[in-house]
Amino acid sequence: MNDPADLVARALAEVASSADLAGLDAVRVRWLGKKGELTAALKLLGALPAAARPAAGQAINAAKERVQTALEARRVELESRQVDRELIAGRIDVTLPGRGEERGGLHPVTQARLRIEALFGRAGFDIAVGPEIEDDFHNFAALNIPENHPARAMHDTFYFPDGRLLRTHTSPVQIRAMLARGAPLAVIAPGRVYRCDHDVTHSPMFHQLEGLVVDENVSFANLKAVLHGFLGAFFERELAMRLRPSYFPFTEPSAEVDMSCVFCGGSGCRICKHTGWLEIAGCGMVHPNVLSASGVDPERYTGYAFGAGIDRLAMLRYGVNDLRLFFENDLRFLRQFRAF
Amino acid sequence: MKLSYEWLKEWVDVPWDAAELGARLTMAGFELEGIEACAHDSILALKVMPNRGDAMSVLGVAREVAALAGKVMKGPAIAPVSVEITDTFPVHVEAPVACPTFVGRVIRGVNNRVTTPAWMQARLQAAELRSVSPIVDVTNYVLLELGQPMHAYDFATLRGEIRVRHARAAERLQLLDSRTVALEPDMLVIADREAAVGLAGIMGGARTAVAAETRDVFLESAYFSDDAIRGRARRLGLQTDASQHFERGVDPTLQRRAIERASALLIEIAGGRAGPITALESAAHQPLRPEVLVRRTQLARLLGATIGPQEVEGALSALQMHVRSVATGWQVTPPAHRFDITIESDLIEEVARMVGYAAIPEREGTASHHFRALSGAQPAEAAVLEVMAARGYHEAINYSFVDPQLQLRLFPERASVALANPIASDLSVMRVSLWPGLLRTVAENQRRQQERIRLLEHGVCFRVETSTTLEVDMLAAVACGPRLPEQWGLPRDMRVAVDFFDLKADLEALLAATGAEGDFAFEPAELSCLHPGRAARVLRQGGPVGWLGELHPVLVRELDFTYTPVLFELDFYDALRLERAPFSDVSRFPLVRRDLAIVVDENVSLSALRERVVLSSSSLLAQCRVFDVYRGPGLETGTKSIALGLIFQDLSRTLTDEDVDSNVASIIVGLRASLNAKIRE
Repeated sequence: MNDPADLVARALAEVASSADLAGLDAVRVRWLGKKGELTAALKLLGALPAAARPAAGQAINAAKERVQTALEARRVELESRQVDRELIAGRIDVTLPGRGEERGGLHPVTQARLRIEALFGRAGFDIAVGPEIEDDFHNFAALNIPENHPARAMHDTFYFPDGRLLRTHTSPVQIRAMLARGAPLAVIAPGRVYRCDHDVTHSPMFHQLEGLVVDENVSFANLKAVLHGFLGAFFERELAMRLRPSYFPFTEPSAEVDMSCVFCGGSGCRICKHTGWLEIAGCGMVHPNVLSASGVDPERYTGYAFGAGIDRLAMLRYGVNDLRLFFENDLRFLRQFRAF
Repeated sequence: MKLSYEWLKEWVDVPWDAAELGARLTMAGFELEGIEACAHDSILALKVMPNRGDAMSVLGVAREVAALAGKVMKGPAIAPVSVEITDTFPVHVEAPVACPTFVGRVIRGVNNRVTTPAWMQARLQAAELRSVSPIVDVTNYVLLELGQPMHAYDFATLRGEIRVRHARAAERLQLLDSRTVALEPDMLVIADREAAVGLAGIMGGARTAVAAETRDVFLESAYFSDDAIRGRARRLGLQTDASQHFERGVDPTLQRRAIERASALLIEIAGGRAGPITALESAAHQPLRPEVLVRRTQLARLLGATIGPQEVEGALSALQMHVRSVATGWQVTPPAHRFDITIESDLIEEVARMVGYAAIPEREGTASHHFRALSGAQPAEAAVLEVMAARGYHEAINYSFVDPQLQLRLFPERASVALANPIASDLSVMRVSLWPGLLRTVAENQRRQQERIRLLEHGVCFRVETSTTLEVDMLAAVACGPRLPEQWGLPRDMRVAVDFFDLKADLEALLAATGAEGDFAFEPAELSCLHPGRAARVLRQGGPVGWLGELHPVLVRELDFTYTPVLFELDFYDALRLERAPFSDVSRFPLVRRDLAIVVDENVSLSALRERVVLSSSSLLAQCRVFDVYRGPGLETGTKSIALGLIFQDLSRTLTDEDVDSNVASIIVGLRASLNAKIRE
């Protein structure tokens, strides 16, 4: 009978030299299988004298255990190597781009408009709408701009042959909102407006934001607070604001709204023509004639209104330097506005 | 307007330098648009709003500065010139409502060949007026200084009399600029015994114009009411300094002063002897400046600020208003030159303007916690656009007016409205669909070497109905070029151009977001701009809500597209209106799937097939999917094989083979009977 120690040494050598799990399994079968050498050695115990059997059996069992342990250790090792190999084989270039569709995006003017709508919505304003093809009454007469009024020259109006027109401002929505809802009310009306004017700084179609608040004691001081609050919220910074007397037929008092230049912070730059101020809106207290034309009692109610260019707000927020880019729809321009 | 700083100083002591003056005027409603320094002077460009015609002169700005700076007006002494001749000329005013005041005078022996002095030329030039001759220059100078438009006639050419009247029917007049205009009966003219010699308040006529050889002049200084002038010049395609002033309102008390100022300057420069003034002043037709009550309470309420009585009175008095204190506030009479002050709010603005808008605090209104309706059916615009953005579309904003030729080519069946005064002939009709704008944008991007284009637009289209134009909120998309962006690792069949079904998937993604996927159907239909075999009307519960299709191949060639654009368009609200479907239970039991390959005639649509499957099976059929469509070898020409995945499931039990087999058998029977279908083994 072979010396168990010798068997163990041979078995361990084979375990150590097995290169893969299949080879290792063959080693296990050869040594520990039903017909394995150590199994066979155990069967031979019967041939030994009774006194020698316990010791020899113990030795063989110990040998089996050692081989078993070695096999297990080797299996774990080989398995782990196998995983390592698979991992190495499965390596990819993570810098390759992902497959599938790329993201599009919303137009920057829409993004600015949605932001404006969200901000005013949080401040309790409803959204009001009106048609883009308007009549003289809503676009002019009800806004205290009678025919032949010099203020009409400020609006280069697109007309249709039947006398209807493309609204030159969103102010007609004021009239419609008051006629439809009555007072009190707080609305904004963002929308497209049209003037037949086309050059570097004018587009024949652009976007305006109208605001209107009517209630029993609405004041110019409230108007100032709302505009200043909005500008700060829209641009996400503390901005200086000033109101200058101006003239709109539909408000009295009327004002132009300037805010400190968002590019230079008010110290003067090319964008603000070195004044430190950017003209951003027109506003005022709703003219009593306009309230009356809209069925609101001007003795009981007061109101304020404002109008600002959404395109201009978008230009300032996104640093776009040419209004015309908004309407050229060049994909190379639009792709720059993929963020939500 | 252009304002000479030095000239202004002749009228008021300006305590500020030109820059500071500009800043002060800006904050008082006269925006400084620029300052130009020239020899010994600064020229301020000021924006004067159309309600402040009274400030369109040196005198007018001086009044504002005096009020702002608390100074007293001064100004060159304007005394009547000595009358040296007795010549007068008869003046008749037929239209005293339109012309309440007409002042005229003859000056004889003027030398109109002398050169206007340099100081006057410089001031005219600063205001962008060319020096013409002493007579013309003096009238222009007086306009700049006092805001009174004047006219000088060559006295030798006037016949018999001056008559202020309305134009006669079919009357024509050759103007100073030698254009001949057809007059209308609401236009006011200055005529002599023979014919109209000038368009009142707008422009003089050619026949009586002064020339270098003019020796004797008749000067006119009139007040025409704004109503009599407004709109007329524009109707004739004219805009003159005179018409601008009269349309905005000229001081009705200024005419004698102006003619004396002009006479004195003219005689000083070009000699001559003045005759007596002829003045026709109709007291009954002078503009009224009624008292306006300013209530203390309304002042505080409208401004949201308390302004002391002294400040109010001081501000208004400084503007030459007559202020009378009464129990509730002040009775205020504006001066004759302030055409813009008619109601209480006008005066409240004047007070605010004088104390400065900066003096009014910012005060937040009281918050309301009133809940406003939030419709569960209204699709959120941002969410809709975001679905498309996530699928690769960029939102475009195109003009609402489009090329009439392109629109007619695309939609010959739809009527549109055209603008009377478009900026360009290819931007002259209102769009009836978003497609004309989007296709043009696709073409422009193709020209910019963009190969793969996916665009989206949301906006109003203009649908002409019998008596009105409906504005319909639409959403449209167009895709053309490769199905996916150029990338590595794409299977060959994904490297093709987008087709109908790619766009349909994007459209279905939107429709699924309505929560009412099952309500939509696609019906083969024809629209002249779409490929007749690749176009569908989108139906929601049977009603049309949009179109989907590939651009007609003829148009693809005509418009020179490299790839066929595939388009859809939806009525935003009707198609995307949200519905909250009631919750339905989810089965806890296993599903059973059976696949069937069915051969049918080419013209059998999937929707017909699917309808038959559903009708032929019991409620155990939970889903019917299409996983392949095959044509080619092994099939008869004109037939196709559709592979269906039938999924059976029950809410209350595990299905048996018999359950499923009997369903499949009845589906097969149904398909064979109604669609002549064969089951492919």
